[in-house]
Order: sequence, then C-alpha cells, then structure tokens
Amino acid sequence: MQHTLSVLVENKAGVLTRVTSLFARRGFNIDSLAVGVTEDPTLSRITLVVNAADTPLEQITKQLHKLINVIKIQDLNPADSVERELVMFKINAAPEKRHEIIEIANVFRAKIIDVGRNSLTIEATGSADKIDAMEDLFRAYGIKELVRTGKIALARGSRES
Amino acid sequence: MTKRMNGAEALVKSLEAEDVEVIFGYPGGVALPIFDALYDSKQIRTILPRHEQGAVHMADGYARATGKAGVALVTSGPGATNTVTGIATAWMDSIPIVVMTAQVATSVIGTDAFQESDITGITLPVTKHNFLVKDARDLPEVVKEAFYIATTGRPGPVLIDIPVDVSKGELDFAYPETVSLPGYKPTFKGHAKQIKQAASMISKARKPLLYVGGGVIASGAEREIKDLAELMQIPVTTTMMGKGGFPEDHHLWIGMPGMHGAKYTNYTITETDLLIGVGVRFDDRVTGKLSSFANKAKIIHIDVDPAEIGKNKLVDVPIVGDAKQVIAALVAELRKSGAEPKTEPWMRAIDDWRTNFPLHYQHREDALMPQYVVQRINELTKDRDTVIATEVGQNQMWACQFYTIRRARSWVSSGGLGTMGYGFPAAIGAKVGRPDSLVIDIAGDGSFQMNPQELATAVVNDIPVKVVILNNGFLGMVRQWQELFYGKRYSASVLAQDCPDFVKLAEAYGALGLRATTPAELDDVLTKAFDHPGVAVVDCRVVGEECVFPMVAPGGSIDEMLGGIPGCPVSEMLDDELLEEVWE
Repeated sequence: MQHTLSVLVENKAGVLTRVTSLFARRGFNIDSLAVGVTEDPTLSRITLVVNAADTPLEQITKQLHKLINVIKIQDLNPADSVERELVMFKINAAPEKRHEIIEIANVFRAKIIDVGRNSLTIEATGSADKIDAMEDLFRAYGIKELVRTGKIALARGSRES
Repeated sequence: MTKRMNGAEALVKSLEAEDVEVIFGYPGGVALPIFDALYDSKQIRTILPRHEQGAVHMADGYARATGKAGVALVTSGPGATNTVTGIATAWMDSIPIVVMTAQVATSVIGTDAFQESDITGITLPVTKHNFLVKDARDLPEVVKEAFYIATTGRPGPVLIDIPVDVSKGELDFAYPETVSLPGYKPTFKGHAKQIKQAASMISKARKPLLYVGGGVIASGAEREIKDLAELMQIPVTTTMMGKGGFPEDHHLWIGMPGMHGAKYTNYTITETDLLIGVGVRFDDRVTGKLSSFANKAKIIHIDVDPAEIGKNKLVDVPIVGDAKQVIAALVAELRKSGAEPKTEPWMRAIDDWRTNFPLHYQHREDALMPQYVVQRINELTKDRDTVIATEVGQNQMWACQFYTIRRARSWVSSGGLGTMGYGFPAAIGAKVGRPDSLVIDIAGDGSFQMNPQELATAVVNDIPVKVVILNNGFLGMVRQWQELFYGKRYSASVLAQDCPDFVKLAEAYGALGLRATTPAELDDVLTKAFDHPGVAVVDCRVVGEECVFPMVAPGGSIDEMLGGIPGCPVSEMLDDELLEEVWE
C-alpha cells in the first residue's frame, strides 16, 4: 500500500542521507521524494512516498523517529490531506500540432512556459492522477523530456484544532 | 567566562568537563593537534593501543565494566576505518562510547586527499549518531551532545569527525550546560495504565517468567528486577547480554535462554504463561523459531526503545520506558494491590527440569575439558571481585554456561555482532576502569589471535589482565557446526594447537606465560596467574573436538535441543502429578 510520509527534520547537512539510507538499508524503494525548507529556516520537510505494508512501515517509522535530526513524522491519509506535484513536459510540437497541444494544456489548466521551433514546454500541477492523464495524452505527440518534483503534501486545516 | 584557545584544546577541555578520565588513542598526521593538547591534560590518561580496533574495544570494555561512556581517539583514513568493527560491536550491544576521528582539512574534504575517508558516511548505519564538525566554535556543543546521546535512552556509539583545521581553529571556549536536541527525547517513565495492566497480569499469572536482557544492565535496574522476582517469586532467565542483571547464584535464576541455553531454561520459556521481557530484543539466538517461542504465553515487553517492541514478536502489553523506573513502578503497584505469588508449583516443575536436565559434560582425568577450565576459574574467583570478558565462539558459550556471574557489570562479551578478537582489548578497557577488580578474558585460540598485539598495551601500561585460552587447535564453533551440519568436513577451521606457542608469545611481550595440560595441574596454574601482579596468559591445552551442548539447530524451535534427548516433548519429562498441579 502506498503511504505518504511527511517528515519534519533539522535543516542540516547530511540529514537527507540519514533518512533515505534508512529506507535503503531496510530494503524499501522510495517512489517519490521532495525536500525543502519550511517557514522556519532551521527546519526542512521531506515528503516521501513509499510502497509498504503496515507492519514494516510501522517499524521503519519507529526507526526514523530514532534519528536524532528527525523531529516529527506524519503518515498522511489522502482523505485528510492535500497533495500536489509539479511536472514539466517537453513535447514534440511541429508548428501545425501546436494548437492541439495548447488546447489539451488548457483543459488541464497547465501553462506553456517555453516554445521552441519544434517543441513546447508545459508546466502543470495537480494530483498524481491528473498528471498521469496528461502524460498519457501527450505521449501521442512524443514526450522529449519529462521531470516531476515528487509529491508534496500537507494535512488539511480541518485536522488541526 | 570564556577563554580563547584552539579547537584541540577546546575538545580536551570539553572531554574533561564530561569527566573523561581515560582515552584510548592512536595518533596520526591530522590527529596531532588533538594529541598535543592531550599532552597537557592532568585529568585524562591517554593509553596507546597497538591497533585502532583495540582502542575501540577498550573503550567499549571500559563502558561495560563501569557504566560510563568509553572514549577512543584515532586519526583519519585507515585509523578511522579500523574503528568500524569496534563501533559496530558497540552499536549491536547498545554500549555508550564516543569515538573521535581526525579528518583531513575541510578545504580538501572530498578530494581523495591523503588518508581521507568518509567516516561519517561509513559509520552511518552503525552509530546512534555522528557528527562532522566544520567549525571550531561548534566543538563544545558537539561534545556535549555526543555524550548526551551516547549515554541516554538506548545507549550507543557516537562518532565525532574533526578536520585538522577545526582542531587548529580558534574559538572562545565556554562549555554548554544543556543540550538542545528537538528531535531526541527518550521516554523514561512507562505509561501508568500499561503498568497497571502488567501488574494485574503478573498478579494472576501461574507460570510467569522474567526474560531479562542488556537493557537491565544499561538502566541499572538489577535491584528492581530482584525486588520484582522475589516479591512475586518469578523465575528469571538472563540473556547473554543480560548476564549480571540477576545474581546467578539465586534460586530464582534459571539460566540463559536460546541456542546454547540449558534445556530447563528453554522448557521454561516454552511452558510459561506470562513472559515479561525487560530490556530484551527477542534476538534470533534467543528465540530460535519465532512461531514456537513462548507461544503459550501472554507477553509484556518493557524497553526504552519503541522500535524494539513488536519488532520480532507481537506483544500483549508494550511498555516504553526505562527499565529501572518501570520495574520500580510495577513493584510499587503490586505491593499496593497486596498481590501474592502463586508460583510454587511452577517453581517445583522448573526445579524438576533443572534436576533432570542440567548442563553437563563428560569430565576426564587424563585430559583438560574446556568446561572444567571454566568451572575452575569460577571456583577460584568466586570470593573475588571479578570481571569476566570473553572472546566469541565456544569459549564464550562455555563461559556463559559454567561461570556464575553474580553482579551487574562483571560480564563483558560481544553479543549481537559476535566479534572475534573483542575480549582481550575489552578486558584491558575493563581493567582500566576497574583497577581493583580481577579481570579475566576467557579466550579461544582463534579469537585471541585476532588482537594479541594488545599484550604490549597491557604490559607497557601495567594493566594486569589475565587471559585464559581454551586452546583446542580449532575455530571451535565453526568446527562444531561442520561436525553437526556439514559431515565433519573441517574446511578452513583447523588451527594449530602449538602455533603460536602462547607461553613464549606472552613472554616475548614481558607477560607471564603458563600452560596447563591436565586437570591435576590446572588449579595451581590458574592460581599462579590470578595472583601474579602483572599480565598473565594461560595456555590451556583442552580436548580438540568438544561441542557446546545443548544446542538448538539454527532456525529450530528452542525446546528441541541437540545433545540430550532431542525432540522429547515436555509432557514426557514431568511426572503426572506435578503436571496436573501446574496445568490446572
């Protein structure tokens, strides 16, 4: 089962390695990873997506808690959280195809951020489902390059008291 | 009040502030500023080992024998990589040590500079935490944090990597009084409701069993364990790491569990209805096949590390907390409720097993049996304050089986990692910390040869430890497995009983070397060694092909032991009357 872990850590050199190598040592593959500083510059938030059964996940969460630089871990339930991912597509776009591609981008509320002689670069955000759907449609034109940030997520405001 | 000084001096001042009295240190290029600063310390004694691995095992032995953090200091590159086995040993057994490694200058880190190694990267999986210090001004805080992390919660090794420009850099020294670690808050007090529930289960149990491990030693809870055991008349099994957590001459002590535990111990685990694990981790050498381990029992598990609870075996009542505090609270709760022990029939059943299935071996008059050597060491030292260190393998298991550990911190042995070559340097560390105790390394000829160079350290620094080698001319435990499971094909397990000549080896280092070949001469030789004011090595030429029994085959169920009556079910070993009483 897929879990989204939101891990609040001290913003120090080497902390990301400590977190990710723990997953590697225990044989977990990380499906997606996003890291960035938080509102407090001494803290960073790591959003990790891992595929794991509940029991091994509990063990790895406990092990994560033991890392000195890890402050808080949340296993975010999709129903109680908002999640986004940003993606950029560079798509084959001969001049006569540009229009179609822009139409598709508009449907998904994506933005054209670069236009080349034979390509278009499109930026989109959204849930993984939406991005997967876009990717599927763009594939017909030929995707030259694709980059995803990895999922970021926050617990919904209604969960806080 | 601050004082201007360089990083190395600040490091030494910080160590002094942590009450460090001894450092096991091996110098080298980039470590020189630190060693230079140590030269002026009136508080810290620097002991030079002959190998960095020895330094870390010494720090570890010191920590196990005293309860204080042990400290090692080495240079960069190979000095640092040589510490890895020692660090991993301490990591597996949760021993508080602080290892400082010197590092190449920050300006050349990452350039494959001479004697550079990424030691914080290398030791990431085997340290509780590690630090790479990039600024001399951070040193005091890092030292404070390192000692705090190493010694609190579930203890463990901490490494500090110190680039040479950091040792030379200047700072205004002030030692911090507190640490600020927002992500590190070990739980000490157990949950009151869980403790209440555990107390209620204990008060009702007919066949309870205390299963006590290294956590009890780490927490200093031996008094509390004894209170609990005596109050409710609960038998106690101590794991190899828990030896000394309960006096082994007490009638409630029922031996060590697991692969080489006595039959009566493993039968007791199989039949218990309430297993109370304290500071244990349900290690595979204890449990054997997990599905049949204590499978008639409800399980209470007390541990300071939440990650250990439910890791291998599902438990009914988890209590996260420090053993000393939790057991004290449990005892208080039981006293308040006026609980009475109900274990008389249970203890009679165990005593019956104990009588019928004792640890035993065939004594010989014409040759030395290794078990007999351990028994004689036990007999000759029972009235002395003694610390027993062991190497790893058969020597270690016979020491477990035939030496009676009476007090906490008098047993120094590599458990989780099973590090050959550990015992001798660890004994040296223990002796440094406990100069008034008799410190004996019960060794095998294989293990001792992994770190014999530390004889120089012991002799030169006048650290009079005793080594008793159970010299059987084999890598004994490997040979045993080959005998039992590989058709006696002794592939790469044959040593030579007379090479080296351990007596001459000892003498070459200026130690007393003695040899015993028959039971008749053994007592005299051992007494001479133990009474000798200096370092002594006793070469006991024991019979070659002896096995440690009983033995649970790897992955087997612990009530099915080799070397006795294999597979005989418990029901056939009890008389019916007693059975009825226990089982009703």
